[in-house]
Amino acid sequence: MKNIISNTYSRKFRGISTFESEAESIYFLLPFKFHSISIDREVLVNEIGDYLIVPQGTAKAIVHREIDFSSNLYRDLVANFFISPTPVPELLNVISTRYRTKKKSLGSFTSLHIFVVTLRCNHSCHYCQVSRAAESKSEFDISYKDLDAGINHMFLSPSEELTVEFQGGEPLLAFDKVRYAVERIQLLNEDFKKEISYVICTNSTILNDEILLFCKNYNILISTSLDGPAFIHNANRFKSGRASYDLVIEGIDRTRQALGHDKVSALMTTTALSLKYPKEIIDNYVENGFGNIFLRPISPYGFALKNQKKNHYQTAEFLDFYKQGLEHILNLNAQGVFFKEDYTSIILQKILTPFTENYVDLQSPTGLVSSVIVFNYDGFVYASDESRMLAEIKDYTFQLGHVTQPYEELFLGDKAKQILNNGVAECLAGCSDCAFLTYCGADPVLHYATQNDMQGHRAFSIFCKKNMEIIRYLFEMLDIRKGYVESTFQSWIHKPAA
Amino acid sequence: MMELRSKGKPLSFTQPIIGRITYGLAAESSILIDHSLDNTDVSDGYLAVLTKRSVTTHLSPIIHSIPSIQPLSEGDVIMMLPNGIIQTLFRVNSLDNTLFTTDRCNSNCLMCSQPPKDIDDIEYYYNVNHQVISLIPSTTEIIGITGGEPTLLGKRFFDMISHINRKLPATTIHILTNGRSFAWKNFTTRFESVNSSNLVLGIPLYSDYYLDHDYIVQASHAFNQTVLGLHNLASIGARIELRVVLHKLTFKRLPELAKFIFLNLPFVEQVAFMGLEYTGYTPHNDKLLWIDPLEYADELDIAVTYLNNNGINVSIYNHPLCLLPKPMWRFSVKSISDWKRHFLPKCDSCLVKADCGGIFATSRKVSLNINPQ
Ligand code: SF4
Ligand code: SF4
Repeated sequence: MKNIISNTYSRKFRGISTFESEAESIYFLLPFKFHSISIDREVLVNEIGDYLIVPQGTAKAIVHREIDFSSNLYRDLVANFFISPTPVPELLNVISTRYRTKKKSLGSFTSLHIFVVTLRCNHSCHYCQVSRAAESKSEFDISYKDLDAGINHMFLSPSEELTVEFQGGEPLLAFDKVRYAVERIQLLNEDFKKEISYVICTNSTILNDEILLFCKNYNILISTSLDGPAFIHNANRFKSGRASYDLVIEGIDRTRQALGHDKVSALMTTTALSLKYPKEIIDNYVENGFGNIFLRPISPYGFALKNQKKNHYQTAEFLDFYKQGLEHILNLNAQGVFFKEDYTSIILQKILTPFTENYVDLQSPTGLVSSVIVFNYDGFVYASDESRMLAEIKDYTFQLGHVTQPYEELFLGDKAKQILNNGVAECLAGCSDCAFLTYCGADPVLHYATQNDMQGHRAFSIFCKKNMEIIRYLFEMLDIRKGYVESTFQSWIHKPAA
Repeated sequence: MMELRSKGKPLSFTQPIIGRITYGLAAESSILIDHSLDNTDVSDGYLAVLTKRSVTTHLSPIIHSIPSIQPLSEGDVIMMLPNGIIQTLFRVNSLDNTLFTTDRCNSNCLMCSQPPKDIDDIEYYYNVNHQVISLIPSTTEIIGITGGEPTLLGKRFFDMISHINRKLPATTIHILTNGRSFAWKNFTTRFESVNSSNLVLGIPLYSDYYLDHDYIVQASHAFNQTVLGLHNLASIGARIELRVVLHKLTFKRLPELAKFIFLNLPFVEQVAFMGLEYTGYTPHNDKLLWIDPLEYADELDIAVTYLNNNGINVSIYNHPLCLLPKPMWRFSVKSISDWKRHFLPKCDSCLVKADCGGIFATSRKVSLNINPQ
């Protein structure tokens, strides 16, 4: 790189051609991959997730050095780091900074700490993955000793931002444990000074004034289950006595009044019944004042384990459900209702921006252990929520140890290493040369649960089937329905849910 | 530099004198504007004097017989030259004060409004600016640094900034630079030692494609240097405003440029799109550069909307409202320099004149499509 300070200024300006002839007359390929998105279109994606949607055959033309130097495509390819006029791009520093930005989550290590304070529940949901226990049996609550140990581990995380999530069972049946944990964390944090946020995942049926006042004092968010309209929600979530739906809606209203509208979020579980009603479920969320929904696939744990055929069938059904839902949501936005789908937003952020959200299922290296950890009611430590569900059917593959063990043994031990080693998509057969790698992730637990192998075979992977089709579909939308769809997508990424 | 100049007859000095205008109180470095009618010597306590009267002898430096003295305010800083010219260097009541640092530049942009000259002027301007900085009030809101290319001052560049930091700790410093020097890590490291949250760098970027940018600024490697410089500046937390001049060579790839900016330079504080100033080199390169603003409205619209949707602050400067699509009006900012904003006679009937960016006072060619709203 030369710094030319010209000593004479003149009005004899150099033409564009003199600059072009100074440049190399060949171009060099930078790492990029491509994927067909429709009969006549393909998407090119580079190492840092920037994309160009082009006619089919463009990738081939690029490789065969058939791109005309004076074309706009040539300019696009150089400016977007697909090809370079020099063997090593002069902006390599920019590219590496961009790559680091995409992998930023690696720097902070575990941030989400889940405490399963009790296994007791007042519901009996048919899809529940963890075996529930009667409401009164307190031996299914976490002990103070184990809670203390988990909290101590949490403060050893290098992450400056920590999220503490209380789960169950129904965690509020063990509210004394929640209160104890929050107060202890607050006390210890006077020294550690981390950014801590709290979430309680509850079915919202037993919220009382005492609990709500406590939540207000510590700015605790409530995450509640809502599966859609009463006929779906109640069918999914059986509770003796009053119908669950009415209790949940009451709970949501009450929480909003006490804590503020935006302090309540809802989580939907998709069941075979739900698959038929995407619009109804979404409309129900809108009616209940939510600005977003997470259309989650049917969890393959428990009922569908290792049943390849059934899994694939259900993934196809889920994709239909997802597309119908997304279309409906886009229509709502067109009518002026700001509403977004969370999974789409996470993927779009990776596609349309230089940033990336920390979302465990779409991270590579996997977010298991390195982003999330679970302290179970019995003191055992798991790599994720799904890992402890496996343990409930006596499979302890993802059990890292007991909370009383030292930090290093749990977070940096052989189990943790094994999980991480199998969770680097860049090194997985199929993923390593997939165009969607930057947007996707690795999920050792799911592949182990469905294929008995932490890496899994991509061709039979429901994780791959789902993500590949969703990402392809989003590119197709970005290509053929540009304008409005793209600006709606942008608003999802940058505006928080209303 | 300020355009305001007066001329009179010099007496009793041979070197340029820089001082602060006063209408009464004598203080250090004060230059009296004398409106008295009798011929008494008023030099007592003043560094120098300006007067309309005709004077034959005077103890202290004086410029006399000035036909009309530019309206100067108490506290303005001026320079008296031995040939009788009075230059205004700083106006207390303006937000457009700039310190001109050099005529030299390492680029030679096709649309430069103030074409560079190869003159060894760095020490001269440095000394002038040094005195100006010492004389202006510490309540000054903002001061610009411009050229030529200010970073070519080398060590003097950093000296000047630290002098401002010391004398004017609350003043915003706005530096116009092409950013190329910051591609060198050691230059940026030295800059970091004088950088502060009061300092903003205005840096131009004209394309997402390196050769188009290099051609427009007439310098090979310029694009890569500027982009690397921007990244180095971001790594030290510098505040950056990107500037894009709108003309025939930039408009086609505005949407792509916007995308390049958001993806690769999302740390910039603002992106400013600016109308073309028809002066300097521009009339000479009319065929290459001139395009009626109506013709680039679509590309500008896409670029501005994209950046705004992605949370980047966007402004359009020095642009007639009537030549912008209506949805763009909210991004229009009146002007970078109030004294540069002018209007056509027909603008008087326009309902939006008060909010309009108008036309560059210096522009010798304007769109035929200017049309009162
Ligand atoms: S899981 Fe499938 S879609 Fe995702 S990166 Fe791997 S191959 Fe690509
Ligand atoms: S007519 Fe004049 S004042 Fe009105 S918008 Fe056009 S340039 Fe501005």
